[in-house]
Amino acid sequence: MENTDTSTSTVRRNSKRPRYSKFTQQELPACKPILTPRWVISAFMLISIVFIPIGVAALFASRDVVEIVDRYDSECIPANETDKVKYIQTPGEKSCNRTLTVPKRMKPPIFVYYQLDNFYQNHRRYVKSRNDQQLRDSKEANSVSGCKPEDFNNGSVIVPCGLIAWSLFNDTYSLSRNNITLNVSKKDISWKSDREHKFGKDVYPKNFQSGGLIGGGILDPNIPLSEQEDLIVWMRTAALPNFRKLYGKMEVELQENDVIDVTLGNNYNTYSFNGKKKLVLSTTSWLGGKNDFLGIAYLTVGGLCFFLAMAFTVVYLVKPRQLGDPSYLSWNRNPGWR
Amino acid sequence: MAGGGGGRGKRKKLQFSKIYSFRCGKQSLQDDHSQIGGPGFSRVVYCNEPDCFEAGIRDYASNYVSSTKYTLATFLPKSLFEQFRRVANFYFLVSGILAFTPLAPYTAVSAIVPLIIVVGATMVKEGIEDWRRKQQDIEVNNRKVKFHKGNGVFDYTEWKNLRVGDIVKVEKDQFFPADLLLLSSSYEDAICYVETMNLDGETNLKLKQALGVTVALQEDSDIRDFKAIVKCEDPNANLYSFVGTMEFEEQQHPLSPQQILLRDSKLRNTDYIYGAVIFTGQETKVIQNSTDPPSKRSRIERKMDKIIYLMFFILFLISFIGSIFFGVYTRDDLQNGRMKRWYLLPDDTTAYFDPRNAPLAAIYHFLTALMLYSYFIPISLYVSIEIVKVLQSMFINQDVHMYYEEADKPAHARTSNLNEELGQVDTILSDKTGTLTCNSMEFIKCTVAGIAYGRGITEVERAIDRKKGSPLRNDGVNGDVDLLSSNAKSSIKGFNFRDDRIMNGNWVNEDNADVIQKFFRVLALCHTAIPEVDEETGKVSYEAESPDEAAFVIAAREIGFEFYQRAQTSISVKELDLAFGKKVERVYQLLNVLEFNSTRKRMSVIVRDEERKILLLSKGADSVMFERLANNGKSFEEDTMEHMNEYADGGLRTLIIAYRELGDDEYTKFSKKFNEAKNSVSADRELLIDEAAETVEKDLILLGATAVEDKLQNGVPDCIDKLAQAGIKIWVLTGDKMETAINIGYACSLLRQGMKQIIISLESPEILALEKAGDKNVLGKASQESVLRQIKDGKKLLDASKGSTTEAFALIIDGRSLTYALKDDVKNLFLQLAIGCASVICCRSSPKQKALVTRLVKSGTGKTTLAIGDGANDVGMLQEADIGVGISGVEGMQAVMSSDIAIAQFRYLERLLLVHGHWCYRRISTMICYFFYKNITFGFSLFLFEAHTAFSGQSAYNDWFLSLFNVFFTSLPVMALGVFDQDVSARFCLRFPILYQEGVQNVLFSWRRILGWMGNGFTSAIIIFFFCIKALEEQAFRDDGQVAGYAIFGGIMYTCVVWVVNLQMALAVSYFTLIQHILIWGSIAIWYLFLVIYGAMSPTFSTTAYNLFIEALAPSPSYWIVTMFITISALVPYFTFSALQMRFFPMFHGTIQWIRHEGFSEDVEYCDMVRQSSIRPTTVGHTARLAAKSRREQNDNFGLG
Repeated sequence: MENTDTSTSTVRRNSKRPRYSKFTQQELPACKPILTPRWVISAFMLISIVFIPIGVAALFASRDVVEIVDRYDSECIPANETDKVKYIQTPGEKSCNRTLTVPKRMKPPIFVYYQLDNFYQNHRRYVKSRNDQQLRDSKEANSVSGCKPEDFNNGSVIVPCGLIAWSLFNDTYSLSRNNITLNVSKKDISWKSDREHKFGKDVYPKNFQSGGLIGGGILDPNIPLSEQEDLIVWMRTAALPNFRKLYGKMEVELQENDVIDVTLGNNYNTYSFNGKKKLVLSTTSWLGGKNDFLGIAYLTVGGLCFFLAMAFTVVYLVKPRQLGDPSYLSWNRNPGWR
Repeated sequence: MAGGGGGRGKRKKLQFSKIYSFRCGKQSLQDDHSQIGGPGFSRVVYCNEPDCFEAGIRDYASNYVSSTKYTLATFLPKSLFEQFRRVANFYFLVSGILAFTPLAPYTAVSAIVPLIIVVGATMVKEGIEDWRRKQQDIEVNNRKVKFHKGNGVFDYTEWKNLRVGDIVKVEKDQFFPADLLLLSSSYEDAICYVETMNLDGETNLKLKQALGVTVALQEDSDIRDFKAIVKCEDPNANLYSFVGTMEFEEQQHPLSPQQILLRDSKLRNTDYIYGAVIFTGQETKVIQNSTDPPSKRSRIERKMDKIIYLMFFILFLISFIGSIFFGVYTRDDLQNGRMKRWYLLPDDTTAYFDPRNAPLAAIYHFLTALMLYSYFIPISLYVSIEIVKVLQSMFINQDVHMYYEEADKPAHARTSNLNEELGQVDTILSDKTGTLTCNSMEFIKCTVAGIAYGRGITEVERAIDRKKGSPLRNDGVNGDVDLLSSNAKSSIKGFNFRDDRIMNGNWVNEDNADVIQKFFRVLALCHTAIPEVDEETGKVSYEAESPDEAAFVIAAREIGFEFYQRAQTSISVKELDLAFGKKVERVYQLLNVLEFNSTRKRMSVIVRDEERKILLLSKGADSVMFERLANNGKSFEEDTMEHMNEYADGGLRTLIIAYRELGDDEYTKFSKKFNEAKNSVSADRELLIDEAAETVEKDLILLGATAVEDKLQNGVPDCIDKLAQAGIKIWVLTGDKMETAINIGYACSLLRQGMKQIIISLESPEILALEKAGDKNVLGKASQESVLRQIKDGKKLLDASKGSTTEAFALIIDGRSLTYALKDDVKNLFLQLAIGCASVICCRSSPKQKALVTRLVKSGTGKTTLAIGDGANDVGMLQEADIGVGISGVEGMQAVMSSDIAIAQFRYLERLLLVHGHWCYRRISTMICYFFYKNITFGFSLFLFEAHTAFSGQSAYNDWFLSLFNVFFTSLPVMALGVFDQDVSARFCLRFPILYQEGVQNVLFSWRRILGWMGNGFTSAIIIFFFCIKALEEQAFRDDGQVAGYAIFGGIMYTCVVWVVNLQMALAVSYFTLIQHILIWGSIAIWYLFLVIYGAMSPTFSTTAYNLFIEALAPSPSYWIVTMFITISALVPYFTFSALQMRFFPMFHGTIQWIRHEGFSEDVEYCDMVRQSSIRPTTVGHTARLAAKSRREQNDNFGLG
């Protein structure tokens, strides 16, 4: 039987010989990197050569930025008030004055931020509590899925729904220098795509903050969401519990030692959860705001690599050893082998 | 009818039963037969009436044989069940289902899609593999056989159609389609020869004989009215027993195994037989004998499961920690009715975040966290490994160096599960016949009258010469080697003898021409072969029971003693008459054949020549022959002995040739005694025969000795040497005789002179005496004690030599002793002894014993075992071993069918293990380590982020980033590593076999290395996360003043993870082909591409990623600078570590990479130095033999000095 089978296969004259190719024989040309002293030292040197200048540049960029940070959450509570939460929750005007001194000349644009600490905008319940369809499309006003419990108010839908919108930041700042009001523009403080594609031009706030418990800011029901940039900025949730958000920008130049008076509307409750509120005025560099970390980190790693390069050079010079020397193989030391 | 009387009247009609003494003949089995009809003996076969009513009731199994795992109907449920039996897959199934609840931290679709891809891919692979098995089944089941259609007409049908009771006609060289009851054959006395190679690996033909009552069924037409009822035992796995009776013509006839032809054995030397089908299909003995193919999993995969459990533990641990924190935070949200984090509205919430029932919320969170951190468990790991393994086995199949031209057979990895296991083999258990040897004997040398003839060079000698670096050795007396003639392949099978002194009739001119004449005459007469004369050419060929015998007759023929005819009582030889110098035909009268058996170790014939002289011609093993020489017959004893030792060292099997003349009186006396013994019916009949033979086989006159090469397969010694250098132990398990096994041991350098042999056998006089007494209990007990004592003695010997490096031991044990050595209380001691020995040879072992030995080694040492064999008798062993390698020889497919990998020649094992095995091991282990690395990096970054979201279960990344991480951005490079990576090229793998020890000692997949990679993953995650939050903090993220929100932060961090894990891969790869470049850089590019495309989709779908890259990331320098910084810094620790390791603690592959790099590989001495200093002294193989020899010579010189 076997024989008949083989004879039929020979009719086809198909040899089963595998075809030779560099691929099938696993002989493809390849670079086979190994960590020779030269490679190791040059890699470390290369890193340090690239990193140190970048570090310096980043550090300079960060140093160029002028930043004024003013924490006002405790100062803006009257001294005789013991229950801060109760104070902030009672309705009414709670204004507060702060003065800031400009440490260094600040070139426009100057960005005005508010900073909240210990505010979990990244909490899962919070992040999910919105409805993007509703925000974008007036026809989708009724889609409030995921917005609970801020979805309906007395049976009618809330636009914009959800916890994020509901807890909109509502402290106000008005800045003046030498009694001349500094104009803080709220235009273009949000991402363009948000304005154009995520928040509808024909979607108007409805039923917003009209329930029993008022969370935060109130929206003008006559302005479409796409122009409510405070809301747009707020709704792009922060990654970490300490975050800044753009309040506005100023197109004036501030000189060194200028004194800026800030009249604050202290409305937002961070007292319940021991959060801090800060007002930040900052310029930017090509790298963004003030943060020395990146520059220092670059310099550190660059320096470390330089040190490693030197260390390896010393090792290779002082104790040159044949790397192919097999006496260092771990299993040679295994007594079972001898 | 067709071929009906073909064999009739043609050539010899020999009553072989008269020549042979039929040792295994018709033993009375009356006791057993009384059980027929009782439980276990209920089968009733209506021969030739498979359609009759009674047969219909019984409805025995069909002859269809199936080896598939699934059928069409069971495929889906069964394979799904198999899939979800894996803990990881089950976990993903559960979390996929849970993803539809609000618990899920991500959308359900994004969780379920990867699972479907992964499970689907695995099922497709399973399906294809099973389909291939199906194809093979179809091939076997559709073989054709002639069966009785009725009315004396025979026609072909497929094997699968046979039914119990059918009468089939099997022709020469066909396999039996089922277990048959032999009815008659082309021989008058209804004998037939059967080759059971596929069952027990023995190559000598077995004689079967039908009952006398059915002998008359000689023609197809005789079958027409044949009717018989066979009652016999139920199907069982015992190959060597059969109990049954046949009711024929109203008489009961007992049946014995003598009448049973087993499926998968082959009809030889017999034109045709008629047989009745007794057992079919799954009920045949050979298939009953084969257990279900166990699904084997490699050691690495089993360890991988442990890692997965570890990962689950980590997963549960961090989920638990997170849940506790979450519970605490949540509970704090509402204090005395006052909301703390009011913006979460904790007083109006679902159970998942309810501060009033924080413990429940924490439990819910625990489930959420389990889903969120599922990225710790690499979902695509299993499927990636499976795909990689399939590709790896394609490389194995495609290797031209493992393609066997002559048989047109490439290597074939039948299961891809075990590729990496090939790199970890510690012990090879090898069959002998057909595996190490190609099962043909070649007459190569002889010594006659103290002069050595024959200049052929054995495989072993050749290997040693190659080793020494010398060209061909100057062999022979004259010193001039005819290169041409020794290189030219012998044209005559079984004959490779070259010596001008006696070839071409030149022997007449030798001094001892008369001795030479006698010598070859013995070869021409003393055998049981049958000549077959080709009527056209007059050429004679021989059919012999064993290939050795064939080699002898062929040798005799080539020298000039042509045996051409065997009649009932005579042997005719054409030979040269010394007196006339002409060829004459001589007829020798064959008086007696004194058969070979393993106790006698010799065979003799008694003939009467034309001068009426009675001659006893004898050949036998030196151990029994020298002591039987007459005092005046020892003239060449010393020289012969010396030559024989040389031959044995050259790996040849030797036999002493001697003769004596018998006086008429002496013969008459012997003849009487011998015939009495033969005709006796008592139990000690054999003993009587042996005793009778003993009386004449003495006072022999030595003629010389023959040396036959049990032809090793090409390259076997070399391969064994390489494997031994790689530190792999080789055990030989053979069904063959001890002498043969030992010879082969010599031939392939597993044994050598000076090696202490510990032989465990039950051939001692006491045991033999007990055997005669016949008390089974006493015998068993005594045997047990004897074996135990021998093992203990061996162990003592072994212990005594501990610490000496030069002393090597070999353990040789026979099958009967093995039975006792494998008993529970002895086996551990036996194993210890065996492990201490350099070589282990088990001879006369049954298939079951082979499997048991394999199991013992496997479970006793806990190391990886590989079994290699070619016959059905090796099936158990192949299945039992961690890896079964089948030799796809000419004979049968049984071994190949049950093997994991099939190769055509033993020598390919070298490349299979040292190259493919090593690579696969390295690839898979690195791949798995890397898989866990990348998933830990990713998963832990999720955890760190979650810790900054008050453990609320928020993930750092967009849902689709999450689910595509394992599928898109990181899977291809790691698969490329798994398929293509090579630490060193194949050439270096073979040049430095010791590299293989990396796998045996499992250095690349040790817990240290695994945990090291995991640690690397945690480090990377920590670096990525903390550097990210420090670098991005709360300040503006670019000069437009916008800050980095949740989406941007996730995008940057994810970019860093993609870069880091891919560059880490680039650092880990040591073989950078274009493919690696494309895949690694491509994966990173795909990430950016994905960001752009996904970001361009509608915000409904892309959610947080909408326009992320175009608008926010790409235009910001800080994005790029942060990415670069984090990527490089996360890799510095690993890079420094590898530089230090390469420098101070290089692993072996590192060293070899260095040697290659520095170009030392061409420096032979240097390479040798590396080899020498880095391996333990190899104890077997020709390298070791060479070393031992030089040591011996040194000692000798020292002794003389």
